[in-house]
Amino acid sequence: MATIVVDVMLKPEILDPQGKAVASALPRLGFSFATDVRQGKRFEITVDGEPTAAQLAEVEVAAEKLLSNPVIENFTVRVEK
Amino acid sequence: MKIGVVTFPGTLDDRDAARAVRYAGAEAVELWHDDADLKGVDAVILPGGFSYGDYLRCGAISRFSPVMEPLIAAAKGGMPLLGICNGFQVLAEAHLIPGALTRNQHLHFLCTDQKIRIENNNTAWTNSFAKDQELVIPLKNGEGSYQCDDETLKMLEGEGRIIARYIGENPNGSRNLIAGISNERGNIVGLMPHPEHAVDALTGPGTDGLGFFTSVLKSFISGGVK
Repeated sequence: MATIVVDVMLKPEILDPQGKAVASALPRLGFSFATDVRQGKRFEITVDGEPTAAQLAEVEVAAEKLLSNPVIENFTVRVEK
Repeated sequence: MKIGVVTFPGTLDDRDAARAVRYAGAEAVELWHDDADLKGVDAVILPGGFSYGDYLRCGAISRFSPVMEPLIAAAKGGMPLLGICNGFQVLAEAHLIPGALTRNQHLHFLCTDQKIRIENNNTAWTNSFAKDQELVIPLKNGEGSYQCDDETLKMLEGEGRIIARYIGENPNGSRNLIAGISNERGNIVGLMPHPEHAVDALTGPGTDGLGFFTSVLKSFISGGVK
């Protein structure tokens, strides 16, 4: 059993009001490290055995078609050990 | 004339949309998301709500419902299709119109009577209005901020495809105060505010919304969409 992780993030040029709200909450708690925060989504997809190249290619297609909206979001696919 | 109103799990405004259709003088036909059948309707409305709980992204899962396949084909062939609020989000997810709807810039859910201006009265859904006519119709959304890249915005502005704009302060952060846009042909319109809630003075701010529904009848009487 392995986990394929798909991370989906808003494209840099798209305003992220949720990230901005988190960024402005941090200093209120005394955390001063952040100059910016962007918030995204993470999908953990479980498959039987080691993922094959064909499976990973399918995940790429699914990420483009369903998991992300390519108009406003970018995604990355990786296998988690 | 028959106008279909699609119900997805989580749709809220299908009954009001069907009522608006009847007020306009057409027959409202219920369409179920799980039926790949348009029941011979002449036009379709995708109403507001929270289809599939807005899981993943608003409209992202509804866009792949069985009813969407014949609907997308018919709309690409020129059938009038209006997406209101969540319906607008479904249209964007189906790439029937450009851009995307994102979280309101101020992060609050909106529920207000909103002033808008009709900027293009040549579409299947706006031809009952005068150009620059001002309306008051309810606006209620959490993810109503219209976003697109600069090139798309320029194209929408240049081609007159911004059919309605908010008046006054920007309610949700939409680029260029966009309240609604159309496809190139003018048969598909996405609109964030809710005209179906403004068809009777008893239950809404007035009757300003009725024109969207009478427009589609008018476009049929005058021989269909250009």
